[in-house]
Amino acid sequence: MKTWLKVVCVVFLFYSVIGGLLLPVPRLAIVNETIRGLYYHVPMWFGMVTMFAFSVYHSVVYLRKPSFGTDIKSQLYANVGVMLGMLGIFTGMIWANYTWGSPWHGDPKQNGAAIALLVYFAYFILRGSVENEEQKARLSAVYNVFAFVTMIPLIFVIPRMTSSMHPGNGGNPGFNMYDLDSQMRLVFYPACIGWILLGFWIANLRIRIKLIEETLLETSNEK
Amino acid sequence: MFALIKKEISIELRTKSSLAGVLLYLLGTVFLTYIAFGLKKLDPISWNALFWIINLFSAVNSVAKSFIGEKKGTEIYLYSIAKPESIILSKIIYNFLLCSALSILGFVLFILFLNNPISDIILFLATLLLTSLGFSTSLTLLSGISSKANNSHILMAVLSFPVIISILLLSIKITKNCVDGLDPSVSYDELILLSSINCIALAVSYILFPYIWRS
Repeated sequence: MKTWLKVVCVVFLFYSVIGGLLLPVPRLAIVNETIRGLYYHVPMWFGMVTMFAFSVYHSVVYLRKPSFGTDIKSQLYANVGVMLGMLGIFTGMIWANYTWGSPWHGDPKQNGAAIALLVYFAYFILRGSVENEEQKARLSAVYNVFAFVTMIPLIFVIPRMTSSMHPGNGGNPGFNMYDLDSQMRLVFYPACIGWILLGFWIANLRIRIKLIEETLLETSNEK
Repeated sequence: MFALIKKEISIELRTKSSLAGVLLYLLGTVFLTYIAFGLKKLDPISWNALFWIINLFSAVNSVAKSFIGEKKGTEIYLYSIAKPESIILSKIIYNFLLCSALSILGFVLFILFLNNPISDIILFLATLLLTSLGFSTSLTLLSGISSKANNSHILMAVLSFPVIISILLLSIKITKNCVDGLDPSVSYDELILLSSINCIALAVSYILFPYIWRS
């Protein structure tokens, strides 16, 4: 990863954490000050979806042209995606506790997100239960593509058709809430970019560690 | 390809024990529900939930054996004589027939032992068929994946449930509309969405299966 991207990531994250707490926000009924949760909750999902998309992209590349590196990449991007998704669920639960009255409210989008995480847990279990390296890579790539394609209706389509308490559902236009105040965008967009970049950064480091470990293992085997 | 479908059906009919096992499983669970609810009639919401859960489990059990039960020799033989695309299609068609037969039978058993809250039978049957198609396409591919791994039966359940849920949620919703006696036009959105998920699942299984089969 380029150094300037790392700098941008760190600066944006600091800016969004500090600015998210200090800058003025619109007063809305019920939501009140908890609207600041937007800066910390929504970017997690953006990051998660980006990570999963990259993981699937590498799976497709693997299926077309098998290589060890792409398999590792798809695994680790999924890994970081799951981490961001769990953070997203927990921040959402904190927010929901204050605005909806309880951490788990059975909201369609909440359930959809939980199921999406279950899909990826199943993906890791699949990876754990196949011994042959090449077969493991191929099977998990197939499952990754299949799961991602069936996950899309779950997160993006079904919640929009049923009534949900998230904005952008039940016929509400998606980002209407933010349009109320362009001030919020000043923090929200940098926060999204910052978290996505952080995800890439972590995934990148872990991929490099894994590749180095593998080459070390190979050289020690040759000896 | 038709020969492959015929082979599946004839094997199924020849080994009556597995088919009979699934049927008995269905009968047993429905009867158990009947007794567990104290021989009373069910209210529509629990009817709906129980019907789909039993349906899901019998589908998973019957489709799981499509690859997991295959012997190593048969696999190699099929690999040498047929294209992977025609194998997956024939398995999907066969499983679709099996699943829809099972779900219709389950419906009949539910009417017999419990009650029939469905007011719009045609819409309900259409939902049953669409759901069976969705179950058979996704479960066939997943059974192919899990047959290659260790402890494949547990893996099959773990892999399939999260993927199946989106199909199941939609069909539960349509069934609820059927139970409430709403006009069929209310459920068209869901029906279209269900068919499009089926199309996606079918296309993806068709494309991805050759990669599993090669190993």
